[in-house]
Amino acid sequence: MDKKGPKEQLTTSKDINLQYAIKGLDLLAAGEASSNIKHTLQLIGFSPAIIRKAAIAAYEAEMNIVIHGRQGFLKAVINPKRIELIAEDTGPGIHDIDLAMTEGYSTAPDYIREMGFGAGMGLPNIKNCADELTIDSSVGKGTILRIIINNY
Amino acid sequence: MKLSEIVTELGAEVKCCAESLQREVKWCYCSDLLSDVMANAEKDSIWITLQTHPNTIAVASLINLSAILISRGASPDNETVEKAIRENIPVLTTNLPTFEAAGILYKMLSK
Repeated sequence: MDKKGPKEQLTTSKDINLQYAIKGLDLLAAGEASSNIKHTLQLIGFSPAIIRKAAIAAYEAEMNIVIHGRQGFLKAVINPKRIELIAEDTGPGIHDIDLAMTEGYSTAPDYIREMGFGAGMGLPNIKNCADELTIDSSVGKGTILRIIINNY
Repeated sequence: MKLSEIVTELGAEVKCCAESLQREVKWCYCSDLLSDVMANAEKDSIWITLQTHPNTIAVASLINLSAILISRGASPDNETVEKAIRENIPVLTTNLPTFEAAGILYKMLSK
């Protein structure tokens, strides 16, 4: 799980690196990391369409950590060519990634669903916004999502 | 259409950000599922929901919605109003159920 993918080598000193600690079940603070990433992208001057994709992917990834992960990080590596979002958690992991990618499938508890989360749309939403999505998950250990949004 | 026109037509109560009622509203989205709103609401829309918790503000802010309208007489949580003020998202309430509020808005916005 700690292995660096080949994508890691593409980062350069010109990248902007952001990293936010995310606390599981801290619903009041949920969304702040995504909001900060969005504001940074706006300051840099990405197009509204790219910012929307990144904001949605970041928020869904952040909420997955809040809802399922005990704790984790949301990271963004930004350069003019692309935005990379990495969401890492020490949650329960995903048993069946294909099933988790199915719209409507959710393992969120009832009280979370009553708040309008856990509709089973998080990962599908991320996939729709991402040019590349990789999910690396170990049951009982955690999950790493790597999301790439190309700037074109 | 200006948000202020919607407030007047619905007789909605403005819970915060009254200074932002001149902003444009282009369309409306009705849903109580946050991911559904994230995926499908267009920017500059007003969002009608029964959800009253502060995460609605994060969603509205991230995808540039104009305002949130809480329907059927529900009220936003205090933390929701505080967050809405910080993010400058007007929060309105109405006693109308979602369908009736949406019906009125559909007539106004589809002209």
